[in-house]
Amino acid sequence: MSQKEKTTIVLFSGDLDKAIAAFIIANGAAAYDHEVTIFFTFWGLNTLRKDSPVPVKKGFLENMFGKRMPRGANKLGLSRMNMAGIGPKIIKHVMKKHNALSLPQLIELAQEQGVKLVACTMTMDLLGLRKEELIDGIDYAGVAAYLGDAAEAKVNLFI
Amino acid sequence: MVDIVVDAKGLACPMPIVKAKKAMDTLQSGQIMEWLTTDKGSMKDFQAWIKQTNHELLEAKEGNGVFTFIVKKG
Repeated sequence: MSQKEKTTIVLFSGDLDKAIAAFIIANGAAAYDHEVTIFFTFWGLNTLRKDSPVPVKKGFLENMFGKRMPRGANKLGLSRMNMAGIGPKIIKHVMKKHNALSLPQLIELAQEQGVKLVACTMTMDLLGLRKEELIDGIDYAGVAAYLGDAAEAKVNLFI
Repeated sequence: MVDIVVDAKGLACPMPIVKAKKAMDTLQSGQIMEWLTTDKGSMKDFQAWIKQTNHELLEAKEGNGVFTFIVKKG
């Protein structure tokens, strides 16, 4: 069997609209039978946070980040027209009306399709995010692992 | 003649193509899939997907807002 094509995406942003776009492309690429990797760094990591707080011991700065960053895919705001949190509600309503999958459903579909979700361990440390706080079934790595995948991929996106 | 029918009518991107891929995975080379969708981007979308995945498009038609594609697995 021939080598699979690869697609890699860096999700740097923690905006709902950008995360949705990243996961739609990732799921599409998986349907193309590509080996797909999404590398989550900085605010993109918030997409992977669990809904409910996980008790972990943290320092002052880590706590400051942890408390103020959106907790998971359902809590992300929009990059534009966020309107103090009403924008995401409107988008979610419109997406449902158009029979589009929600971000949590897109993440589930991506995992089901074998898309590799990789959390950047260096930014996890910076933002004080622990493995226990992120969803199950993901990988942990750094820039070298990402570049290893990206160097072999024809499609590389930074979102 | 058709081995599997995939009804993706009413579904939004990327579901139609994901359903097509999942159905194709269940077929043997040379078997036929019929794929139905109402997605307006599907004419371009599906043809690009077929080309990249080395399947063969046997027929593509549109009627009443429904796009129908007959594809042979490569």
